[in-house]
Amino acid sequence: MAAVSLDHGLILAAILFVIGFVGLLTRRNLIVALACIEIMLNAAGLAFVVAGARWGSADGQVMFLFVLAMAAAEVAVGLALAIRFRQSLGRLDVDDADEMKG
Amino acid sequence: MLQLLWIVPALPAAGFVVLLLLNRHLSRRATALIGAGSVGLSAVVAILIAVSFITSPPPGDAYRQVLWTWFDTGGLAPQIAFYLDAMSVVFMVVITFVGFLIHLYSTEFMERDEGFTRFFMYMNLFVASMLVLVLADNLLLLYLGWEGVGMCSYLLIAFWQKDVQNVYCGRKAFIVTRVGDTALIVGLFLLFTQLHTLEIQPLMAGAAKNWAAGSGVAVAAAALLLGGAVGKSAQLPLQTWLPDAMAGPTPVSALIHAATMVTAGVYLIARTNVLFTLAPDVRLAVAIIGTVTLLYACFSALAQHDIKRVLAYSTMSQIGYMFLALGVAGWSAAIFHFMTHAFFKALLFLAAGVVIEALGGEHDIFKMGGLRRKLPTAFWAFIIGAASLSALPLITDGFYSKDLIIETSLGAVDGNAWLWLGALAGSLLTSIYAFRLVFVVFFGEQQTPVTLHPRWRMKLPLVVLSVLSVVGGFVWLPGWMGGFHPFETFLDTALPVTQTVAGSFAYTGVAALLTSLIAVVGVALATVWLVESRAALARFAARPTPHDVQTFWLNGWGFDWLYEHVFVIPVKWFARVARGDLVEPAFSGIAWLNLQAWRALSASQNGQLRVYIGVAGVGLAVIVAFVVLR
Repeated sequence: MAAVSLDHGLILAAILFVIGFVGLLTRRNLIVALACIEIMLNAAGLAFVVAGARWGSADGQVMFLFVLAMAAAEVAVGLALAIRFRQSLGRLDVDDADEMKG
Repeated sequence: MLQLLWIVPALPAAGFVVLLLLNRHLSRRATALIGAGSVGLSAVVAILIAVSFITSPPPGDAYRQVLWTWFDTGGLAPQIAFYLDAMSVVFMVVITFVGFLIHLYSTEFMERDEGFTRFFMYMNLFVASMLVLVLADNLLLLYLGWEGVGMCSYLLIAFWQKDVQNVYCGRKAFIVTRVGDTALIVGLFLLFTQLHTLEIQPLMAGAAKNWAAGSGVAVAAAALLLGGAVGKSAQLPLQTWLPDAMAGPTPVSALIHAATMVTAGVYLIARTNVLFTLAPDVRLAVAIIGTVTLLYACFSALAQHDIKRVLAYSTMSQIGYMFLALGVAGWSAAIFHFMTHAFFKALLFLAAGVVIEALGGEHDIFKMGGLRRKLPTAFWAFIIGAASLSALPLITDGFYSKDLIIETSLGAVDGNAWLWLGALAGSLLTSIYAFRLVFVVFFGEQQTPVTLHPRWRMKLPLVVLSVLSVVGGFVWLPGWMGGFHPFETFLDTALPVTQTVAGSFAYTGVAALLTSLIAVVGVALATVWLVESRAALARFAARPTPHDVQTFWLNGWGFDWLYEHVFVIPVKWFARVARGDLVEPAFSGIAWLNLQAWRALSASQNGQLRVYIGVAGVGLAVIVAFVVLR
């Protein structure tokens, strides 16, 4: 099986990251926003793995495990926030959360 | 015993600090105990010190206690030091003792007031400041006390601050006395630049050694100190604040605006008597100011119908007598009159306070009347006070001191017949207005029902002060009565002896008979004027448009009007005009710039999460691009 080249892997990671970022900017649903953050995190994780493979080091895969753990924690907190958000505002529109504006 | 001197001012100061810190946590009882108790203890210590000072005088008849050096800069190293001589003994004892009686009275007088703790806090601070003033060893410490009492005076005049009028009265007192205070501090600058010290005794010795009598610098220094004294003691032309100072609670008027603070000017002049001896012209000015003020205040008092304003003008006029005595070098006579005046004027104010409380805050004497039977304590106290104020012969303390001043105004080397005549005329007018007050308030028909009777804490001070107002004068009897004068002998250790013209008419029994007669005639005239013609009284009270002269006197000879037009209105006009000068746009420009910046930055904080993320993303991209492409 031919190894995936570093360039291809990084380009894919960048595309994933931009997709997540654009989604975060354009979608107002909180759940979708959380999903977009997941995509961006995975883009970062992919970059780690690809880089690790390029230099033959296990560090990249270890870092990916950390990213996974962090993503799990983030989802737990994020979903709890979403529930509270929904309970207090009745909707899941992030634009509703603008009470702190100066 | 003398080593305990520092405790005398320290006790009321400690009372102030405790009341300040524990303000809201104290019950009224505890507040009263701390407020009056600290001054009472201070009075006990002061009396013990006085006894020890008299029985075993320290070397040089003066005791100096240095506590610490205040600061040391540019050749000026004033010390926190107290100086006790015969004069400060008299002032210290009178301040603490009369102060204690008034504090005791206040514990009942103010008991229903909201600001009970605040009141005692200010009163304690006042007593401490006043003691610092009279015990100070250098003029700078004296000035500290001087400003301290001025501030307490302001705070206490405006004590009932919910009525804005009272606040204006306090402000007026503060600003008018400030004019005099400025003269005083300039005088201190002058003395320091010329003689390089502010310690009173070396300063006086230096002045006597280096300055010729009548030299310009001596005259200037004395005149500037006189300016300060005139402001504090409410003499012409800075007298306008004192009648308005009556807006404060009555015990305040008794303590600050009758017995103690307003006599600070007398103390200052007597303390720096060397300077005034070196400047005969200024001393003549002191005598003239005193005489004119005492006559001015007598006429004004005749037309007042607020009980406290009558007493305010009478205070002004009695301090005029003290100034007259100082002006003719009767230093001890002025201090003697200070003491007797403290007794009988505090008595009059406290008795007036009883009347005002009993009638539910009524100040107008024409709404009083007939209180003789209803308030016997106040009545007898008032009679004794008024008799003393009028200097009725032999049985009042006011007679001995005022008679002495009248004698001195003619018999001293610097005295003359004009001053004497002025003093005599003042004496006549004094007894007229004093007994007019007695007759209108306590005789005739009752107008307002009595709702409150004084209890022991208000009665006891009246009794004690009544006794003192009778016997207080027996410490210095005139020459024709046998010449028993321990008070004079005592004060002579601290003050120069008055030079008198040998064999002057003033010191004979005939002159004394004349002064006595004048006082009695005054009382008789008041009787004729008011008691025997009730109809006239009714007309007098009911006249819809009072007589022009009466209005003129009622308003204090139009001084307020004059100052309003000469000073207040031009200053306000100038302030309005000067608003648009160059400095103003510079400062408002800075404010405008800040406002715009706030608007712009505030708009960026719109609370939109997605905008924040977008901005953060763009920022990150810019930073990464910068790092990578550099």
